[in-house]
Amino acid sequence: MNVAGKSVPHESARGHVTGEALYTDDLVTRFPGILHAWPVLAPHTHAMVTRLDAAPALEEPGVFTVLTAADVPGEGDCGPNRRDEPLFPKEVMFHQQAVAWVLGETLEAARLGAARVRVDYEPLPALLTIEEAIAAESYHVGPVHLARGDASAIESSALRFEGELAIGGQEHFYLETMASIAWLDESGGVAIESSTQHPTEVQEIVARVLGVARHQVMVECLRMGGAFGGKEVQSNAYAAVAALGAWKTRRPVRVRLTRALDMALTGKRHPFLARYSAGFAADGRIEGVRIALYSDGGWNLDLSEPVLWRALFHADNAYYLPAAELTGYVCRTHKTSQTAFRGFGGPQGMLTIEEILDQAARRLGLPPELVRERNFYRGGDTTHYGQIVKDAGRIETIWQQLKQSSGFDQRRAEIQRFNTGHAHHKRGLAITPVKFGISFTATFFNQGAALVLIYRDGSVQVSHGGTEMGQGLHTKMQQIAAESLGLALEAVRIMPTRTDKVPNTSATAASASADLNGAAVLDACTQLKERLAPVAASLLECAVHEVRFGGELVCCDHGSVPFRQVCEAAYRQRVALFAQGYYRTPEIYFDQQTGRGQPFYYFAYGAAVSEVEVDGFTGGYRLLRTDILQDAGDSVSPVVDRGQIEGGFIQGVGWLTLEELVWDAQGRLATSGASTYKLPSWSEVPDVFQVSFLEGATERGGIFGSKAVGEPPLMLAISVREALRDAVAAFGAGGVVTFASPATPERVFFAVRRAVAEREALASPAGGAARR
Amino acid sequence: MNASAACTPLRFLLNGRPVSIESSSIQTTLLDFLRDRGLTGAKEGCAEGECGACTVVLVAGDGSGSAYRAVNSCLLFLPMAAGHEIYTVESLAAQGKLTEAQQAMAAAGGSQCGYCTPGFVMSLFAEQYRPGRLGPCDPEALGGNLCRCTGYRPIRDAALALGAAPEGPWRDRLAKPAPPLESVEYESEGARFTRPTTVAECLGILAADPQARLIAGGTDLAVESNLHGRRWGRLVSLEAIAELREFRETEDSVRIGAAVTLNEIAARWNAPPESFRQWLPLFASPPLRNRATLGGNLMTASPIGDGAPLLMALDAVAHWAGARGRRTAPLAEFFTGYRRTALEAGELFTAIEIPRPGPAFSRFYKVAKRRVDDISTVAAGMAMDWDSAGRIARARFAFGGVAAVPLRATAAEEAVLGERWNESTVRRAQAALARTLEPISDHRGSAEYRLAVAQSLLEKFWWERREEAAA
Repeated sequence: MNVAGKSVPHESARGHVTGEALYTDDLVTRFPGILHAWPVLAPHTHAMVTRLDAAPALEEPGVFTVLTAADVPGEGDCGPNRRDEPLFPKEVMFHQQAVAWVLGETLEAARLGAARVRVDYEPLPALLTIEEAIAAESYHVGPVHLARGDASAIESSALRFEGELAIGGQEHFYLETMASIAWLDESGGVAIESSTQHPTEVQEIVARVLGVARHQVMVECLRMGGAFGGKEVQSNAYAAVAALGAWKTRRPVRVRLTRALDMALTGKRHPFLARYSAGFAADGRIEGVRIALYSDGGWNLDLSEPVLWRALFHADNAYYLPAAELTGYVCRTHKTSQTAFRGFGGPQGMLTIEEILDQAARRLGLPPELVRERNFYRGGDTTHYGQIVKDAGRIETIWQQLKQSSGFDQRRAEIQRFNTGHAHHKRGLAITPVKFGISFTATFFNQGAALVLIYRDGSVQVSHGGTEMGQGLHTKMQQIAAESLGLALEAVRIMPTRTDKVPNTSATAASASADLNGAAVLDACTQLKERLAPVAASLLECAVHEVRFGGELVCCDHGSVPFRQVCEAAYRQRVALFAQGYYRTPEIYFDQQTGRGQPFYYFAYGAAVSEVEVDGFTGGYRLLRTDILQDAGDSVSPVVDRGQIEGGFIQGVGWLTLEELVWDAQGRLATSGASTYKLPSWSEVPDVFQVSFLEGATERGGIFGSKAVGEPPLMLAISVREALRDAVAAFGAGGVVTFASPATPERVFFAVRRAVAEREALASPAGGAARR
Repeated sequence: MNASAACTPLRFLLNGRPVSIESSSIQTTLLDFLRDRGLTGAKEGCAEGECGACTVVLVAGDGSGSAYRAVNSCLLFLPMAAGHEIYTVESLAAQGKLTEAQQAMAAAGGSQCGYCTPGFVMSLFAEQYRPGRLGPCDPEALGGNLCRCTGYRPIRDAALALGAAPEGPWRDRLAKPAPPLESVEYESEGARFTRPTTVAECLGILAADPQARLIAGGTDLAVESNLHGRRWGRLVSLEAIAELREFRETEDSVRIGAAVTLNEIAARWNAPPESFRQWLPLFASPPLRNRATLGGNLMTASPIGDGAPLLMALDAVAHWAGARGRRTAPLAEFFTGYRRTALEAGELFTAIEIPRPGPAFSRFYKVAKRRVDDISTVAAGMAMDWDSAGRIARARFAFGGVAAVPLRATAAEEAVLGERWNESTVRRAQAALARTLEPISDHRGSAEYRLAVAQSLLEKFWWERREEAAA
């Protein structure tokens, strides 16, 4: 390998550091006469719109028009699955839902105009929490079931317990907020620049709203300033507003959400409520679990159903559950429509089983890491949905290697000494594993396509179905094409993602885009080489099978010609210099009715060790050190993959510690901006942060032996939550420690208080007697 | 309105070229202006100075020369740029050759989605050229920039890989002084921006135009503009009033002009108390500290501002001027109600004065969800002096986030006076605190937590004193 597998900077690194890399909204000045959009926001959490009068807005200077349901030539609904996402709702389903959009010559004019649109509402009662939704039996989906064995085994277990865990959601906080620009193109179609992970779906929804065939709509995504799942389906509505505005006004229209609008309008990671009961043997082995997962889906279905399924698929994490009875519901509440977010339900499922394991360990008086280890999948095991856990042995391998390299056992002892010597500050240490299934669980999404064009000078353009959101997909595609064709990276240009280059694509999601599109790029390059080889063979006067591509040359044993020369010769011989590539993941299927199948092509594995220090006076804490060992197969792009591991981990740390979404009693999002919703900054990065790849981890069937790495590392952050629990436990007397997620300083503070109270109660004569 | 003063276009240097503006509204941000001109390297990530994606650098005075100061262009109204020299990310690479900060970020894998990257590059650039800096760049200088992709490790590595600023025009520029700030009189769309140069002139404007709104660093006011759509007919900048820019350290006190920025205070104060050193890095972020002033922080009278609790604990005195002449009051009496101060309409906050010598022992504590650059759930400034017999001679327990105003918990202070500082006096002070504080529950924390943690901080203060004494 000359290019693939090498550490190269991000394909756009130079553009990033110079500011020359363009994002959707950077194009605004290229559209003279562009109109700016601002939404009319409902001040109610749940209400009927009884009257909407746009006329006063038109009196505002600079307002051009107001978009309402009456302007929709097609179908005014953006729901990707069900038709449950009206673009101009009659029933307001969450606080600040947009009920109309004002287009102005300036953003200021549109904003002032929006304030003048007269809307009358009839307020209705709202459901704001999962508990309220359960009580009202308000579900989008559920119950759905996944089971194995007989969970009544719990009743005869040596250790039985039950509990509840509230898991908070997470704002994506992609640095680039939602953005779209739409205009009528030169041939009467609609063109859209959209910051989206799914240009094809934007195309579909825009065509639906405008009532035109999809071939009338072209969507391009240059790149995104972060997405993390937040732009998988939720870009649709904003592109639809822009397209509708352009359709109506015949002028370019820009929709760009401010941060405050983005946080108010767009969906987030699903909050979950987990209710569980579990049975364990005295040695810490799981005998059975019953888990009910309730996700807060918000007002419409969105991607909540597959998110729920992925949570159920991952309620085992890396552990063999001999008996499991899993039930899932998607609750319908009056909040933003919660959506895809890195991990896609997996994190919530895994957090639940990790909570159960830690509680079991502390109740049994066993080290949590020992209980975890005793329950690992072993070779030949199947999951609770009947899939063989391929390469299950890697879990144990990673675990032992990481314990060794992180000095786990020795640090356990050091921490014990530290804690003995410090009354008000305690350290905690934890190691947790990750097993994450790779593939879209909806089987039909698992396809990728590419278009590779070679020009006569030997330069190459690659288009593929995936979008670039910072994850380095384009970098990997560039490496794969260059490797395959034997060219330098610079000879391969990755083109912005467009629906008129590669049609009917899947969302760039599920960590699978490098696998799917990479295989498609490779397929196209392989076809081209097959066409070029005979041309080269005739130039080199050798047999076709002797021809090799490498070093910008096409070679045989006795000579070589420059690649460009072969391309020129091929052109003159009337050989087509472009090819489409295609790939579909083999061997995967799942039957929801029976709850059995093989939904994942393979699993990505990893583990992390984290150490924290808690200040008992405040509940504040610091992450001192994290060691990660990740199975990324044979990485195609080590810099990119390391970036995914580190970035995913820190994003997970944010989800589990400081990122707290708070809705007030009226259903208004109280953490609605960057000053009230805090994501990790420098202060959350561990002082020591060591990341390694598992060696000898070639993934058979993966592109160049590589493995998906986008989502799995997020869940390595569970080690931080468990380390916090370990530190809190050190304030107490060995009892169970629980706190809801995220583990904010406030929650940690009160958990410390409970632990201290428990210790003091035991230390007092009465308490000691009670224990005896 | 002071219609007699002649209005002039705004002039400043942008990427080395003079710019003249006549028709932008006074509340157009520098960021929007740049992007409208096609300089789209600076991005809007939050429009409230939290994310740093819009960072540019200003040339500011530093001793006899100058320094590049990273600032949030989303928080600078365009007229505030008048007279300044400003550089954006587009100016850094010369003839296609990246500067070291750019090279380091690219080589370290410091960009993923790239949206925050120009901001990081500008902060890192300013840090590399910071006068007097030795060794590698300090990653803390990037504390005002958020990245959602990388997890910061590669960016930290990029900062640590950068050594001394290379020779060349960027360094040469710093040998020369910053452009002097002159008065500004600018009008557009019926609104006016004035930058007076003396206190008397400023008071005259306030007297003539009661609606005029004062603006210092703008780090709060611009947020009101950007996020809440507040519009003003008249803004009066304090940036060029010499008296408000003074920092004076004498035997008896440290006097800090109301328009001195937080980072300037840090640079000029030779031997501040320990609590100040704890306070500064917890107060906002580097780019905000490059613009935010102590006067602005106190005049917002926010119950969760970080300035008041520390300054109250240090017995600071507020100075202001107006029609009734020069007035002063202890800061403890300065806040008269929710977001209200002792100042009357038309008065101008001029300085804060901190008596010397400082307390024998002082601490600043900030409790928040994020360790740095977050808004306090509870903030506390505490200070104590003892007599020769080891009894408490003076105690100051000041809090933010526990009532409608920043306050001194005088009942708790009195409860410990004349006592030894031990666990039992801590308990007594904690009980007094429970009677004094009136915290509320909100998205930052519950009332229960606020009270409990405020009490706990008293114990922490005792503990840290004990640890220090033992050491």
